[in-house]
Amino acid sequence: MLSAENWDWETPEKLIAFADWNENFAWIEEPHVSCDGEKIAAIVNIAEGEFSVCINGETWENAFEKIWYPRFAPDGRLTALVSEMGEWTVAVDGIAWENKFGYVWNTLFSEDGNHIAVAVQQDMAYCMAVNDTPWQQSYSNMTNPLLSSDGKRTAATVQVEDFGEGDIQKFQEGVFTAALDGKPWNTKFVNVWKMAISPDGEKLAAEVRVSLYDYTIAVNGRPWDKTFGCVWEPIFHPKSGSVVAPVRTEGAWTLAEDGNLIWDRRFVQLWHQMYSPDGNKLAAIVASKFGKWTIAVDGKPWSVTFKDLITDAAFSPDGRRIAAVAKDDQKWKVVVDGAVWENTFDMAWKPVFSPDSKNVAAKVEKNGKYTIVVNDRLWGHECETIWDPIFNSEGDKVLLRSIEDGKYYRRVITVNDL
Amino acid sequence: MAEPAKKVEEKKIIDEGLEMGTEKLTQDRIENVINRVLKGESGARLKAYVDTCIHCGLCSEACHYYLSQDNDPRWSPVGKVKQTLWEMIKKKGKVSPDFIKRAAEIASTECNLCKRCAMYCPFGIDIAYMMLVVRRINHLLGVTPLYIQDTAHSHAATFNQMWVKDDEWIDTLQWQEEEAQGEIPTLRIPLEKEGADIMYSVIGPEPKFQAQLIYQAAVIMDVAGVNWTMPATPGWDNSDMAMFTGDNEIMGRLKRAHFETAARLRVKKIVMGECGHAFRSVYDVGNRWLGWRMPPIPVVHAIEFYYNLLKEGRIKIAKKFEEAVTLNDPCNVSRGGGLHDKARYVVNAICESLVEMHPNREYNYCCCAGGGVINCGPPYKMKRVEGNRIKAEQLFAAKARGAKVLIAPCHNCHSGLEDINHHYGLGMEIKFIGDILYEAMEKPA
Ligand code: SF4
Ligand code: SF4
Repeated sequence: MLSAENWDWETPEKLIAFADWNENFAWIEEPHVSCDGEKIAAIVNIAEGEFSVCINGETWENAFEKIWYPRFAPDGRLTALVSEMGEWTVAVDGIAWENKFGYVWNTLFSEDGNHIAVAVQQDMAYCMAVNDTPWQQSYSNMTNPLLSSDGKRTAATVQVEDFGEGDIQKFQEGVFTAALDGKPWNTKFVNVWKMAISPDGEKLAAEVRVSLYDYTIAVNGRPWDKTFGCVWEPIFHPKSGSVVAPVRTEGAWTLAEDGNLIWDRRFVQLWHQMYSPDGNKLAAIVASKFGKWTIAVDGKPWSVTFKDLITDAAFSPDGRRIAAVAKDDQKWKVVVDGAVWENTFDMAWKPVFSPDSKNVAAKVEKNGKYTIVVNDRLWGHECETIWDPIFNSEGDKVLLRSIEDGKYYRRVITVNDL
Repeated sequence: MAEPAKKVEEKKIIDEGLEMGTEKLTQDRIENVINRVLKGESGARLKAYVDTCIHCGLCSEACHYYLSQDNDPRWSPVGKVKQTLWEMIKKKGKVSPDFIKRAAEIASTECNLCKRCAMYCPFGIDIAYMMLVVRRINHLLGVTPLYIQDTAHSHAATFNQMWVKDDEWIDTLQWQEEEAQGEIPTLRIPLEKEGADIMYSVIGPEPKFQAQLIYQAAVIMDVAGVNWTMPATPGWDNSDMAMFTGDNEIMGRLKRAHFETAARLRVKKIVMGECGHAFRSVYDVGNRWLGWRMPPIPVVHAIEFYYNLLKEGRIKIAKKFEEAVTLNDPCNVSRGGGLHDKARYVVNAICESLVEMHPNREYNYCCCAGGGVINCGPPYKMKRVEGNRIKAEQLFAAKARGAKVLIAPCHNCHSGLEDINHHYGLGMEIKFIGDILYEAMEKPA
């Protein structure tokens, strides 16, 4: 990630025209902005079957027959999936990778943006490619592509044996496994779903089905010695490297660590478990009763519950606080440490903590207009589009990236000014 | 009627899935699974049904199988329970492997879970629920018809019904976008557009065999000026055969992916194509298994979506469809979802003349394809078609009153009625509402 410290936190407002790009192109697609807010980009149609990307009013030198999925990497480079002469690849700042493929999708970035990975199909064989280098092995199918946060490892579910449609016996014997950097585990499973890579990059854990009815977690190919009625995706403890996953036992959900149940309470649902950054706290989204959703921290649910949904939970950097988005009767809400903000929204995005953990901000929508809300106070601008707010390292300023009246604004405001 | 509805000799059907599963059964396992499900999973609701039923048989007249099989009691709703669940309960799970195989055949291929019978039972007993309990037992015993089991495998491996690979899905959408740009040059199928109002979701067969339906939907969205998106990840398929094999865990996994995809895209609603069983899965069964009383992101069936577009004038009709149509009310969206009047509003808005079939609305007969029955594949095709002579008669009557085209706003109905159409020589054309709406609507010149 571009170090936020080096960004421009002084200039209160910068403006880049956006709507008038329209004049030069048949159409422009949804805009995307860089983390530091200095760049706004969109796919543009130049002529029939001819596309490019326009950044801050300038188009890439190269045009392509097709372009989709433009995404800024955390380091500010702009990637897109591009096609020429029926082949696909990744273009980074307008330059296509040398390797071309039958198809590419699902762009993934490492935390610092240095590593860019995609899922690849070539001649109906599947693999991943990182920084223009495909895996050495490819498979007849691949799903659940994953890039470790340091960008050094890639993983996915791969199909290691062929079977015909209707061959239920073969399927039930197990034809799937997980591959780390392209190398498959030795063990085969009926299914392999979402996975996690350990912080040191040495271990890969995945939710697996060992028969049509028995689920467990496999780590580096070895299943836990217990099976469950169902499981959801595992995570690693940030320090110890132990594996924690939701498991269903006797019709209710709880958490298991390395196969052993660790929470006493049982829930109607439990998923999206997460450790605080120091690994001292463990929280998860739960349904404490049917249709009553909340967050449980170290096994204890908040007293506030929501009927529809709770999602996008996050620990504060100091691990003491948790913020999430909740929904009740079509109203979206922000909830922090079990307390619901008074403002409600037509939509709310994942809340963001300041680095000092004191402030919480989120992008929200009300009556078709977008703004941000910081500590339950609304910013007074009604924007056509806005992106997630970003705090400076001191936590006293917020970077706002928005489109108003067809113009893109990069603004820095102090939290106290809100 | 082209083919007399005489009862043909019942042929023994060999289903590899059932044979294979039955071979592996042991008495212990059967007993264990049955008692586990009866005590641990189905509990009070099942007990209430079993205790309440007075064996009066009033439900029989509701069932298209019973009516089509000359009122043979073995095809009656309560007869199906008698041959399956009651025996299991009475014998406390001590039933033979062959009994299990037969129970699987009855629950999976002789009941569409259409719930028509529940409306005729004085106590509202839901036979479909009991048949689902039988299917759940069969799933846990590994005795499920091959074709639908294979489909459940596809769901588990790819999160869609048709083994569509991740890239094939996106590629199909881009191909349909390009095709549709031939008609409307600026049309887009916006992929992964976070913050769109609507996520449009379809069932696996659309990208696999019926990509024109995606094309038509894209034109409708574009002309109506809808802010919409489609996901470029698994979670796009709203269908759910796992719900019908009793594989609740895979059902839950599919629905979780569907709703979390919609939540990730920050849409306000999911609009789904013309499918009935998928509606039941996202609106009732799948969401509830996960702990959601209602869908966490509201789900709008295509019928209701078209209704809103027409009512609000966002779609205008250039020329109504001229041939007289009749309308098949899909069980899951009419009896299950109450959309029958909205369907009539839409059909009347886009067609010159609607000839009602009788009975209709929530009392309509099932197409006999639903509930996963058509997904049990070719071995059961004749049983399914002969099991719905009553539907053919219903359609012949509508035809006699002038109906030429049959509208079936559900994928399963569509395919099942097509088989009935051919077998009984009805000679009707079958269409989705979207086919006609696309033809009839005003489009940019
Ligand atoms: S097919 Fe329908 S009417 Fe017949 S038993 Fe099943 S749910 Fe009841
Ligand atoms: S289910 Fe209802 S209608 Fe059917 S036999 Fe039992 S009590 Fe009578």
